Amino acid sequence: MAENPGMPVRPSGRLLRAPEHFLSPAQIAEVTAGRRGFLRGAFAAALAGTGGVAAAQGTGDANILELPAHTKGLGQPVATHGYGQPSQYERNLQRRESPGLTRVSAASVSFAPLQGMFGIITPNGLHFERHHQGWWDIDPSKHRLMINGLVKNPLVFTMDDLMRLPSVSRMHFIECGANTGMEWGNVAVPTVQYTHGMLSCCEFTGVALSTLLDMAGYDKKAGKYILVEGADGSSMTRTVAMERALDDCMVAYAMNGEMLRPENGYPLRMVAPGIQGVSWVKWLRRIEVGDMPYGTKDETLHYVDLMPDGLHRQYTSIQECKSVITSPSGGQTLLDKGFHNITGLAWSGRGKIRRVDVSTDGGRNWRTAKLESPILSKCLTRFNFGWVWDGGPAILQSRAIDDTGYVQPKINQLRAVRGTRSIYHNNAIQSWRVAEGGEVSNVQVY
Amino acid sequence: MSRCIELASACLGATALCLTLAAPAAAQQSFPGIGRAATPAEIAAWDIDVRPDFKGLPKGSGTVARGQKVWDEKCASCHGTFGESNEVFPPIVGGTTAEDIQRGRVKALTEPVGRTTLMKLSSLSALWDYINRAMPWDRPKSLSTDEVYAVVAYILHLGDILPGDFVLSDATIRQAEQRLPNRNGKVKYEPLWNLKGKGDVTNVACMKDCPVGAILASYLPDYARDAHGNLALQTRAVGPTRGVDTSAPSLNAPPPPPTDPALALANRHSCMACHRMEGKHVGPAFKDVAARYAGKPDAAAVLAAKVKSGGAGNWGQIPMPPNTGLSDQDLAVLVKWILSGGS
Repeated sequence: MAENPGMPVRPSGRLLRAPEHFLSPAQIAEVTAGRRGFLRGAFAAALAGTGGVAAAQGTGDANILELPAHTKGLGQPVATHGYGQPSQYERNLQRRESPGLTRVSAASVSFAPLQGMFGIITPNGLHFERHHQGWWDIDPSKHRLMINGLVKNPLVFTMDDLMRLPSVSRMHFIECGANTGMEWGNVAVPTVQYTHGMLSCCEFTGVALSTLLDMAGYDKKAGKYILVEGADGSSMTRTVAMERALDDCMVAYAMNGEMLRPENGYPLRMVAPGIQGVSWVKWLRRIEVGDMPYGTKDETLHYVDLMPDGLHRQYTSIQECKSVITSPSGGQTLLDKGFHNITGLAWSGRGKIRRVDVSTDGGRNWRTAKLESPILSKCLTRFNFGWVWDGGPAILQSRAIDDTGYVQPKINQLRAVRGTRSIYHNNAIQSWRVAEGGEVSNVQVY
Repeated sequence: MSRCIELASACLGATALCLTLAAPAAAQQSFPGIGRAATPAEIAAWDIDVRPDFKGLPKGSGTVARGQKVWDEKCASCHGTFGESNEVFPPIVGGTTAEDIQRGRVKALTEPVGRTTLMKLSSLSALWDYINRAMPWDRPKSLSTDEVYAVVAYILHLGDILPGDFVLSDATIRQAEQRLPNRNGKVKYEPLWNLKGKGDVTNVACMKDCPVGAILASYLPDYARDAHGNLALQTRAVGPTRGVDTSAPSLNAPPPPPTDPALALANRHSCMACHRMEGKHVGPAFKDVAARYAGKPDAAAVLAAKVKSGGAGNWGQIPMPPNTGLSDQDLAVLVKWILSGGS
């Protein structure tokens, strides 16, 4: 994996303790040996350009006392970038592949950096990707959607047609069925990006699928299923229950106020709320109404859950209730003891989040977190929980409950029924261990 | 559908009359001017799916021999000469037996081994449909119908499912499917298909003094610390946390699961083969032993002698063998540990 150049590791703010956060063991030995001159040198190097130490010295913070260039000069003009970009200081937040997970990047996954996200909406450029045969940027004037099968009127729509129809906009999460799949047997990856990053949430805009099915005159008696099919090389196909299709599925052309990104199916994708991501077929070209499930490759060979008795469960579509603390989380170091906001995401493919509880002692005692609005059906919900870290070891967990009353399970409860080789549908409680010194790591405790 | 299309085109001239005639299209009329009828040729061009009941399967046939030729030219570079390769994609062939073919269930799926395509395949339509729509990986939809039949036949031959002289066709495909090693290995799992289904695993929302295991069951080994690159460069450089610099050795590695030296000793001397701290096993629970000796001034000496000499009758008729090989030092540690109830 090519490492992105990234932001230098530089402390800022009140990072006054624990030099081990950015010094090497050899340098720490120097510090412990009392060679303060060395320490000053190391700090000077590490803090160049920041006011970390200055805050505690002299008459005040140099960042306040010495007016910076941006306060004393002229900034850049409007429309310098016709399409704005994140700050140069944000370049560490990238979607990334998990090394060794796949061999070819055109049939792979990139994980969304949940550790750095706020609220519930995923920025379009950080939405996770899963492609089976590479992605395309399709000319929308040439894209067509066909509806056929058990319908009175097989129809063809252009993008112009679809965008003229009444539109709906709704916020929904999308989660790959294999999200957290690497952790069924044991801890395998270090950060929330890799444990839970096949998860994103957008406001989607498109046409209610029920509108299109009505226009085609679908067979209300025999039409129990639909097949959705993509226009890319893989021509991905998945079966969706007609009941779900009529309820809240849509064919979407927009995400978060702009057209879909090519990597997310531009110009048209299926949105199947609550259902695993593979059914949200991208570059959607065709919907067929049928009277039986289609048993496609991704319903027969993949996205089937292996049980301990050797039987595979097929058509396991619903993403059950799940949550994860995104900060503090694995691979991070707490700056200092004292107050920290434990924050994370909760979601359920069956409806709304009713409650999230947080434990800081590995699941012995729990308190209820604050849910931020909006709390929407089949959508991410942000939770926050105030915590004063005493500097000692802790294990952070979150546990979500949805409006069906279902309580997110522990990994050992899942394993007791489904074994360790199911790959899909791991919605276990995630544990993050905070060590003395503040380093947070991925652990499994139950 | 052609009748509908004819009706629709015949109606273009006389709208008022046709609104009643073209009743099937009534729903479409709610959004006039949007969408149009698909032509039969258009539907044929895109409607290529083959269902588990083989609806949609085009007529055609292919031999194992022809399949080998196509395979060697177009498939083997990714999937290996025998479909066994794990270099680019998971292996296709392997892990199935003649017994599996008889039974229709693959035994190796209950074992901790990797899974091949043929171990999982339960309906032949899935393999045919997928190769037809998506293979070869870099040139999908370039195979002819007969080539698809041939390649499917060859894959099944590589898995010892079909004989070398088998001709796979729309007429014989059901016969071939009846030999799939895992044809009985799938179940449609309704609880995760239906929105209102109840899952098979749930938790209880205990809030206080909840039962938890005492140990870290799993954590990343130190050597895998930088397996995902330098995490310091994957985390925002401002805020309540920083990414851990995994280019440097860990300073906060989780400790190994706590091990009690006395328990390790008890394991080494095979005490734990017959005893548990709590609950009777072959021999009495150590906690029960501790309770019996509680308050006796010579407890340590008496118990030490019993451990060394063994015996029967005090706790039932199963005898405890003598432990003459125990050093006095180890014995003292073990006796103290047992009498303290494991603390």
